Amino acid sequence: MKHLPWGAQWLFLLLALWGVPPVHAQSSKDASFLSTLGELREASYSDKASIAERLSQTGHPSVRAVLTAFLEQRLYFRSSDNKIFIVKAADADPLNLIDPLTLKDAGSATADSMAQIGTNNALRSALRATVAHFSLSSPDAAVRFDAVREMARSLDEPAVTLLRQRLAVETNSGVKKEIATALALAALDGSDPRSRLEAIATLKQSVSQDVRNRLALLVDKSPDGSFVESDQQVRQAAAAAVKTIDRWRNFYSAFQTLFFGLSLGSVLVLIAIGLAITFGVMGVINMAHGELMMLGAYTTYAVQQAMPGHIGASILVAIPAAFCVAGAAGVLMERAVIQFLYGRPLETLLATFGVSLILQQSVRSTFSALNRSVVTPDWMSGSLRLNDALSITYNRLYIVLFTVIVFFLILLVLKRTRIGLYIRAVSQNRPMAKAMGIRTEWVDAMTFGLGSGIAGVAGVALSQLTNVGPDLGQSYIIDSFLVVVFGGVGNLWGSLIGGMSMGIVNNLLEPYAGAVLAKIFVLVALILFIQVRPRGLFPPKGRAAEDK
Amino acid sequence: MKRKAVFMTASMLVTGIMSSTVAMAQDTIKVGVLHSLSGTMAISETTLKDTVLMMIDAQNKKGGLLGKKLEAVVVDPASDWPLFAEKAAQLLEKDKVAVVFGCWTSVSRKSVLPVFEKDDGLLFYPVQYEGEESSKNVIYTGAAPNQQAIPAVDYLMKEVGVKRWVLEGTDYVYPRTTNKILEAYLKSKGVKAEDISINYTPFGYSDWQTRVAAIKKFGSAGKKTGVVSTINGDANVPFYKELGNQKISAEDIPVVAFSVGEEELSGVDTKPLVGELAAWNYFESINTPANKAFIAQWHAFIKNPKRTTNDPMEATYIGFNLWVKAVQKANTTVAEKIIATLPGLETPNLTGGTAKVLPNHHITKPVYIGEVKGDGQFNVVWKSNGEVAGDAWSDYLPGSKDIEADWVTLKCGNYNTVTKKCSGQNYK
Repeated sequence: MKHLPWGAQWLFLLLALWGVPPVHAQSSKDASFLSTLGELREASYSDKASIAERLSQTGHPSVRAVLTAFLEQRLYFRSSDNKIFIVKAADADPLNLIDPLTLKDAGSATADSMAQIGTNNALRSALRATVAHFSLSSPDAAVRFDAVREMARSLDEPAVTLLRQRLAVETNSGVKKEIATALALAALDGSDPRSRLEAIATLKQSVSQDVRNRLALLVDKSPDGSFVESDQQVRQAAAAAVKTIDRWRNFYSAFQTLFFGLSLGSVLVLIAIGLAITFGVMGVINMAHGELMMLGAYTTYAVQQAMPGHIGASILVAIPAAFCVAGAAGVLMERAVIQFLYGRPLETLLATFGVSLILQQSVRSTFSALNRSVVTPDWMSGSLRLNDALSITYNRLYIVLFTVIVFFLILLVLKRTRIGLYIRAVSQNRPMAKAMGIRTEWVDAMTFGLGSGIAGVAGVALSQLTNVGPDLGQSYIIDSFLVVVFGGVGNLWGSLIGGMSMGIVNNLLEPYAGAVLAKIFVLVALILFIQVRPRGLFPPKGRAAEDK
Repeated sequence: MKRKAVFMTASMLVTGIMSSTVAMAQDTIKVGVLHSLSGTMAISETTLKDTVLMMIDAQNKKGGLLGKKLEAVVVDPASDWPLFAEKAAQLLEKDKVAVVFGCWTSVSRKSVLPVFEKDDGLLFYPVQYEGEESSKNVIYTGAAPNQQAIPAVDYLMKEVGVKRWVLEGTDYVYPRTTNKILEAYLKSKGVKAEDISINYTPFGYSDWQTRVAAIKKFGSAGKKTGVVSTINGDANVPFYKELGNQKISAEDIPVVAFSVGEEELSGVDTKPLVGELAAWNYFESINTPANKAFIAQWHAFIKNPKRTTNDPMEATYIGFNLWVKAVQKANTTVAEKIIATLPGLETPNLTGGTAKVLPNHHITKPVYIGEVKGDGQFNVVWKSNGEVAGDAWSDYLPGSKDIEADWVTLKCGNYNTVTKKCSGQNYK
């Protein structure tokens, strides 16, 4: 993988990095730098790449800043005098300008008076490779790490020299390992059989797909049936290494599937816990459960609108807010409608379905029928990179943790607090609880409020995963009933185990069957299961169960 | 006495109102608007309803048409496909509209097709679609596959160097037919079956983690991989979010979408999407005087300077202008006469070219490919050489390559050039 045109540029780069005094005087260098930069305004995308290459060859001290800005789409020119500037942030208005030569502040200008110098994908990846050479000496280890990975994609001799030098002074172990992998990849192209075998031994420890593909090339046969690689020893070592890497990658990919299943499962659990209380404990078929989640999601949106600039904290504020909003709606529903219908499940079903339509329409009238965009805070976007084969996205990770926390909080409330005691007492034996002096009607309202509040909290989580619109609830209501019925009505642990296993089974099937069929399989399996055990995974036991 | 007086005035008022509506009904030309204003498609279709209202408003300010004012009859089929047919029948049979502008999804178009053919109405359909259809009663002002999908795939193949293809779509007729055409096209270009992966997800799908991980895995086989997305509606937002979260950038695996435009991107954080591609026949960012005037007119009408314009809006604009021209030329609003007048008519589009109605009831359109910018607009990176003529029947599917649509000489939407037979409107 040799890129001859880049070779010359590398040489200049090395000179610049070593601090060899520039040949030209500073002012003439500035002038040539500026005139090259000026060409960017009118150039086509392919010309822009060669201009950027020439810019990096000038070895001018501000090259790195200019090219980084170009890559990040922060390079603009002023329409009035065609002068090129770097801007601090592209979405600000007015734009704060920086002089590309001195890198000092150059005042500000309105967004209308400036025009962006555009880039396309091919140009950006070329720029990224160029900028990576500069980033190798960045004080931030994460930046150096990315730079090495970027350079490993196209290794040529100067790049290898640069990496070797960096390896000698590098202190971070992660970056060191990455450089060693890159150097080993380069050594594969060499002619010395011993160093090639050593390289394969190093690469064997990697789990990167790129490394695996590179090694697999050594094992391949060419179309005429002969091996591409003539050295048998190297070939065998490479085959063994590919096998090892594949084994590890399969292991990690199984782990990833498991995590995907858990994360889908925890969403199911989260939407079902509230229902496990209202339907499971109280026996109310609440068709408006989905709409209570939608209220929670809209509360998240409202909180974000109320505190712009604090997106990161808004989610944390939204959790109690959504609990209160949905909980209050739940208490209102119970007092206004459901309390008159206890013991009449069909009428409850119809009445709550009506409530769900009212809630949907009122949200549609207040917020419009269009989806609202809930911003994902920075700490919830991106993924946690464990190694080359396994990354876990932060939003899913937080939702799994959040579900666990919510679940145990509810368990704590039900098992360790006075209101929890009342709830259990009323659900087990209402006349007896009444005889003991418990205000059962008040307990009913509180229980329904608690279940609804949890639905609101689930809505906060859903706002991070799906579109916040009036129909949000409808797509989850069936799932939540399934989980509760599968887990066993009235049992929180049942909902947890039920939801998680449904999530995992669904994700195990999805790669083979597709999203639609996987869901159908799960549903059919569930129906069959209910035939065998009509009361779910964990049926209620004892005398209380007989009454239901 | 007093009560009687009140009654008298009330009844006078009522008759007054009634007679005025009757008078108005005589003086207006009714224009039907059949777009979902609620349900999952409301996000896209409400804008088109407003576009038609804006065009009607502007035409009335110019003095109307044939000396009469235009009157919009707006109905809401609520993203419910059978309801589309019901509402279409209501527009044609009860309201007696002269023309209908409407539909977005192909299912809704297929649902109203029999109604328009039975009542001999006229529908302007403004959205890019899968082709394989040409009805006497429909003018297709959106792109056929050869005006959007095929050029986009060509761009990825030739300019980006994509060798492995993921065809990802929502599970309904448009993605399924488009992907069938694309698969046949790719295979005709020598792409092997193992380098094509086709997958469908339901409407409104949001749990993308497994699919995106699968795309990542498919794309790591050492060949440049591209995704052709026919994902529709609001499933796109979580899809792109997941791509961002799993750190798949457009430089590694570019995604070219046929259903994501300025409207869909407004209100989405576009930073992680920079560089993702879309193929359309119009972009808001294209700098022509006609487009600037259209955007200004839209902002003034909708009273919101932040609202975007998009491709189906331009198609609605073209369709409306074509209809106005045809009415003026034929000097009547009778649908049958207008349908006969339309082929051959030309009107300028918003990007500096000309839209011409072809005998197959499709129009000529330029093709643009844009990359998403940080501000939610598109940066045009490729454009076709002039306008491309819309082809109703794809040349790449074995069943449809011999079929031709021509409503001028052949008077047939489904003419088999081998058997020399016209086999009715519905292919298959």
